[in-house]
Amino acid sequence: MERSNISQTINIDAKLMERINELISHYPADKKKSALLPILHDVQDAHDNWLSIELMDKVAEILEIKPIEVYEVVSFYTMFNQRPIGKFMFEFCQTSCCVTRGVEDLMDYTCNKLGVGIGEPTVDGMFEVRGVECLGACGYAPMMQLGDEFKEHLTKEKIDQLIEDCKDGKINLHYQNNG
Amino acid sequence: MGKQILLDKINVPGIKTYEVYRREGGYASVEKALKTMTPDEVVTEVKNSQLKGRGGAGFPMGMKWSFIDKKSGKPRHLVCNADESEPGTFKDRYLMEYIPHLLIEGMITASFALEAHLSYIYIRGEYMWVYKILENAIKEAYAAGFLGKNILGSGYDLDLYVHVGAGAYICGEETALIESLEGKRGNPRIKPPFPAISGLWANPTVVNNVESISAVPWIVNNSGAEYAKIGTEKSTGTKLISASGHIKKPGVYEIELGITVYDFINSSDYCGGMIDERPIKALVPGGSSVPILPAHLIYKTANGEDRLMSYESMSDGGFASGSMIGSGGFIVYNDTTCIVRSTWNFARFYHHESCGQCSPCREGTGWLEKILHRIENGHGREEDIDLLWDIQRKIEGNTICPLGDAAAWPVAAAIRHFREEFEYHVRFPEKIKNRDHFVAEPFEQVKHLVSKLTV
Repeated sequence: MERSNISQTINIDAKLMERINELISHYPADKKKSALLPILHDVQDAHDNWLSIELMDKVAEILEIKPIEVYEVVSFYTMFNQRPIGKFMFEFCQTSCCVTRGVEDLMDYTCNKLGVGIGEPTVDGMFEVRGVECLGACGYAPMMQLGDEFKEHLTKEKIDQLIEDCKDGKINLHYQNNG
Repeated sequence: MGKQILLDKINVPGIKTYEVYRREGGYASVEKALKTMTPDEVVTEVKNSQLKGRGGAGFPMGMKWSFIDKKSGKPRHLVCNADESEPGTFKDRYLMEYIPHLLIEGMITASFALEAHLSYIYIRGEYMWVYKILENAIKEAYAAGFLGKNILGSGYDLDLYVHVGAGAYICGEETALIESLEGKRGNPRIKPPFPAISGLWANPTVVNNVESISAVPWIVNNSGAEYAKIGTEKSTGTKLISASGHIKKPGVYEIELGITVYDFINSSDYCGGMIDERPIKALVPGGSSVPILPAHLIYKTANGEDRLMSYESMSDGGFASGSMIGSGGFIVYNDTTCIVRSTWNFARFYHHESCGQCSPCREGTGWLEKILHRIENGHGREEDIDLLWDIQRKIEGNTICPLGDAAAWPVAAAIRHFREEFEYHVRFPEKIKNRDHFVAEPFEQVKHLVSKLTV
């Protein structure tokens, strides 16, 4: 994904800093850089799901590494976003097993319904449709990732319902662990 | 149904929690190993089990363990590969999501065997909710005294953490996984040195798959010799198979290695047969990287023997007429499937996932994707088929990690077994305009057209 020059309000509050420090503690004291990927996930989650240059610089500062060490990682991994993205990102698995079970038709259906093409957010910034590679849910195809969770055995009716639920604020993008 | 040693308790209500898992006999292998065995005795049991690594490569786990450098005095690490990303494979997620303590128990017992005091589970970023389940289960294990200092008063210390990736198939390759765990891009390392000598932070490291590590508790509790009695002589134990595609009952099944492919696909205990009773056209038995098998080589080998779900039978005939059991990603295709389209799909996958370090893979996967795309979309040329063959041959064996081979093999096998289908695409572009071209008219029905045009 192309890097964006749009600026972003950085907000690393005490709670996020506590989580960052906890993640750093999972590695030997002289191997702080190892915490980079887990930290980027938490930082991205707290910033509308994307990472601006300023934000990446901030992470570099926290980990005492060079900014380039963060940029090169962010640009390598598909889950890090370098531009603002739709709030509700429908990431359809488009690898063979899901294709076998009809994901291409569902992607067309969803794009038509939202009036967008693949990879372009809706005007209100609410939705975006993307095709991604195998998510490891081949037996439950067709499926997609929405936030931290998978939506499986999808049908057109389920897509309709999900869109409604997103609009009604019923979808929590971050998984709540209740044990 | 055969013997279940990984999934036998998965449906016990509450098994996700420490309390229920422990009540059901969980963590017994940690008690047994730490209180009554030496680390090397645990290694011996795993060697005796003859368990082959369940991630895909099938390297004997006990042998891998025996390579770890215990002499240099450097810290050692066990890293669990939970980066499950091979298309067709979703078994590790099933274990971690529904019975997370089984993996944690295996990690503790295996770390003890390797005399490691700091171990990690590397999980793919897309399994974000499973990451949170594991983090929670690890907290429970610390609270119960199975992790941390002086576990069960044995004097053995172990810290265990989950590390989350961020979307990169290549991080399933063990040296790329280690790079990623060090906070870098997932570029595979040149081997040697192997991780057993120089792995995570240049320390001796063993990387094992989730399913392999989850089998360790049973092996320690019941002995390696007992484990080796399950399955066939060369394929011991049970294997999780992730079944998907045009079958009635997709899902994760634990099989005793050595059952027939016919039974696995058709028995109501497993896949339950084909959807709408349509004919089977092809099978990818071990994840997208392994050669695809055409219908006549699925239930029988080229010698006419029953094809079995085992390492040796699945690879019988080599690449000419066999395949590999790989990760157990078992994808079944019926007669409506277009092999060109599915090969293009896999080629796109490998192009997207190539890390870009080695030219043959970086450039070759791109060309494979482009050429397959144009054939599938009616712009192919007769010579493209040989061109594809040439490109895949130039990738195979010429890269520092197996992703290159993994990208080349599916293309080679598709041309080897389904060449006529490629020729049909090139010669009758108007017949393949619709992406569902073989749904309305399966290839079997139009196959005769190809031979008419053969010079």
